[in-house]
Amino acid sequence: MARYVVDVMPKPEILDPQGKAVHGALPRLGFAGVSDVRQGKRFEIELEGEASDAHLEQVRQMAEKLLSNPVIEDFEVHAQ
Amino acid sequence: MKVGVVTFPGSLDDADARRAVRIGGHEAVALWHGDDDLKGVDAVVLPGGFSYGDYLRCGAISRFAPVMTSVVEAAGKGMPVLGICNGFQILCESHLLPGALIRNDHRKFVCRDQRLRIERVDTPWTSAYAAGAEVTIVLKNGEGGFVADEPTLDRLEGEGLVIARYLDDNPNGSLRDIAGISNERGNVVGLMPHPEHAVEDLTGPGTDGLGFFTSLAATIFA
Repeated sequence: MARYVVDVMPKPEILDPQGKAVHGALPRLGFAGVSDVRQGKRFEIELEGEASDAHLEQVRQMAEKLLSNPVIEDFEVHAQ
Repeated sequence: MKVGVVTFPGSLDDADARRAVRIGGHEAVALWHGDDDLKGVDAVVLPGGFSYGDYLRCGAISRFAPVMTSVVEAAGKGMPVLGICNGFQILCESHLLPGALIRNDHRKFVCRDQRLRIERVDTPWTSAYAAGAEVTIVLKNGEGGFVADEPTLDRLEGEGLVIARYLDDNPNGSLRDIAGISNERGNVVGLMPHPEHAVEDLTGPGTDGLGFFTSLAATIFA
């Protein structure tokens, strides 16, 4: 079994209202000095068979086609 | 004219959209997300709601519903397609329209009567309006902030593809106050406010939304 991780983050120039909400809540819990929070998504994907470059490429295509929207998000793929 | 209204799992406004189609003088045809048959319709409405629970991103899963393969193909041949709210999100995810819709900048769901200016009137969905017409149409969304990169925004404005813009307060942080856009040809239109909720005096802020459904009558098909 090969496991891959896809991290999807809002692009830096795109407003992230959820991150802003979390950022706003942290000081109320006593966490001082937080200068920014961005919220993204993490996908863990298992593929049958051994880890390979072909698998990695397949996961990259999943990320491009479905898991992220290139208009508003960036993604990174790596094997775990 | 036969106007199809697609029901996805989680669509909310499909019945209202079918009703608006009928009040607009057309035959409403119910279409199902899992069926790639468009049943010979002349135009398609993708209604509002929370298709597939808005999982992943609004419209991201619906884009791959079997019916959307047929809608994308028909849109490419010039069939009029109107996406309202969640339907607009689906059109963006399908790459039929540029840009994307993200969570409202103020992080709250907004529901109100919204003033708009109709800017592009040479589309099959807006030809009943006078250019620059100011109308009031119901708006209700949690993820209605229209975003795109600067070159895309410049292109939308430069080519006159912005079909409607918010007046008074921008309700959701949409860049350049954009409420709706079209493709170059004008047959595909996405709109965040809900014209189907503004077609009768009894149940809405007025009848300003009716034009989106009566415009079709004036459309000449090649």
